[in-house]
Amino acid sequence: MNDLQFLTWTRGPGLDIAVGIFLLGVLWRLIEIYTLGRKKDLAAPRHAAGASGLHTVFRRSLPPPGMLKRSPVSYIGGYIFHIGLAIIVFLGAPHILLIENLVGLSWPALPSQFIGLTAVVTMAAMVVMLADRINKPVKRFLSTFEDWFTWAVTFVPVLTGWMATQHLLLPYTQMLALHILSAEVLLVVLPFSKLFHGFTLFGSRWYNGRVNGHKGVPV
Amino acid sequence: MSATLEKGIHALKEVIDAPIASYFESCVHCGLCAEACLFYTETGDPKYTPIHKLEPLRRVYEQEYTLLGRLKKMVGLSKPVTDAELDQWQELVYDSCTMCGRCSLVCPVGNDIVYMVRKFREGMAVSGHVPDGIRSATKRTVETGGPMGLKWPAVANVLKHVQENTGLTVPVDKEGAEYLVLLSSMEIVNYPEYIEAIAKIFKKAGISYTLASDAYEATNAGIQIGNSDLAKVIVSRIVDAAERLKVKKVLSPECGHAYMAIRWEGPNLVGRPFGFEVVHVLELLDELRQKGVLKMKDKLKDPLILHDPCQIVRRGGVLQAPEPLIQQVAENYIPIADKQKLNWCCGGGGGASAIHTEEAEALRAKAFRIKKRQIEEAGVNTMVTFCANCRITIEEGFDHYEMNTKLLGLTELLAEHLED
Repeated sequence: MNDLQFLTWTRGPGLDIAVGIFLLGVLWRLIEIYTLGRKKDLAAPRHAAGASGLHTVFRRSLPPPGMLKRSPVSYIGGYIFHIGLAIIVFLGAPHILLIENLVGLSWPALPSQFIGLTAVVTMAAMVVMLADRINKPVKRFLSTFEDWFTWAVTFVPVLTGWMATQHLLLPYTQMLALHILSAEVLLVVLPFSKLFHGFTLFGSRWYNGRVNGHKGVPV
Repeated sequence: MSATLEKGIHALKEVIDAPIASYFESCVHCGLCAEACLFYTETGDPKYTPIHKLEPLRRVYEQEYTLLGRLKKMVGLSKPVTDAELDQWQELVYDSCTMCGRCSLVCPVGNDIVYMVRKFREGMAVSGHVPDGIRSATKRTVETGGPMGLKWPAVANVLKHVQENTGLTVPVDKEGAEYLVLLSSMEIVNYPEYIEAIAKIFKKAGISYTLASDAYEATNAGIQIGNSDLAKVIVSRIVDAAERLKVKKVLSPECGHAYMAIRWEGPNLVGRPFGFEVVHVLELLDELRQKGVLKMKDKLKDPLILHDPCQIVRRGGVLQAPEPLIQQVAENYIPIADKQKLNWCCGGGGGASAIHTEEAEALRAKAFRIKKRQIEEAGVNTMVTFCANCRITIEEGFDHYEMNTKLLGLTELLAEHLED
């Protein structure tokens, strides 16, 4: 298989397989988790302003009082790389084209120089987060193979995408194929790893907000 | 696998629901929950990270309820939960978790960690991995009526003294009263002034109430141990008495977990909504304050801070009553930074104060440093709280650190300054 054939495979069958596993995986995992159900709370509810599932879905995006100071790297680093990833994936021109090909929807893109800069900042934030995971006793203690693996699976697509656009290290065709392949690995891994928090965090926040909201506590 | 372990694992499988599955799937190992846990902040030991305390439960979830986990289990790639492991986890689930719920307030993906600890304790209880102190408190509650082994004649004796001291009659088993008043053993034994306070305030407000000779104890060690069957037996006494005496409301004492047990867990334990309302004593007092019934003859001048008991405030939802009440009676109330639902636990909740091993007591003393710091930073010599269990734990902390801080109960403080 030459470079072009490899690229063609990643853009064709490879992409189909990855998107297929991703979609079925997400669906399966959501069913697996949320059909477990829960018991109805029979205690008389107490109503309080701001105490509900929906409130917590939004409120938990901000650090609770005092927490930013206790763990600034987690919050600031976390914000930067999450927002960075969202900008790159949803506002980069080639990605919008891909989405348009897949589902037919499209929207204006940001300039490629800006996306490139965002990729650099995102990678920097991810490296800082990695260093924090290694340095901080609690994070190191909690970390398993999955934490290192999912970090790499998320980092490599950003790195290869940026390197492809900057024409670094490898010929563009090769680097682009590697970039697409790594993104496909990410899609396949996502539903079956902690990366799935991107889906379940809404449910988790909602349950937490709802269970405590029943008691009149905005959490 | 031993029979008790099998039962324990079965209990864990039973308690796993959609929220727990969602929580485990959402955890990204960021460790922020550790920053909210006093056992971590005061020791710096990562093993006290709240989410780590649930590791055996997480593995049961993964191995029983996820496709990948089941596959891994089939080919022998997963690590089964063992008796030895649960034994090791006892310290993490009981000694070093007061079920204060502060972690549930900070988790960025929204995990309600304390919800999971409560459920995890069900499996720990069934598999026999419960600290002796909590186990015997539960046994005494089931057998004698209260965790301290206190029987009605002893309670009646305390009530006699209350009547002598106040000149008021304390009604017992009176049908049709508005309130059934519950007590906690700790109040009966250590703080009978609480009962005097209640008698005075009810008289002043002109509200009818009664005690029940077969349901005076509000605490529920079954909940602390994590055994729903025992918890149900204990809470049913109150429900039966309230229905027999046809009261409109049941008054929970200050005691934090008693309130949790009767107000929030109670209907779920007996399996039906209550036909009566459960009111925390501070909610009643605040209502009386708003009606203008709770007038003070004078105010306490000492600068003081408030310790908000976790099970009443953060986990019980009595958020708004405490501050106006303390302001009603104290001239120099100083609000602290982490107050109300963000307050730090005393270190003795969730049954922890009943564990008397050397290690558990040493750990509690360490965890108490956070309260010590709050008091020192505010520069006060007085702290007010409203939970008998917090009071015992805090007094122990004061003794340990040889502090001269005064600790007052809010209800008694109000009664003491009540207009005659």
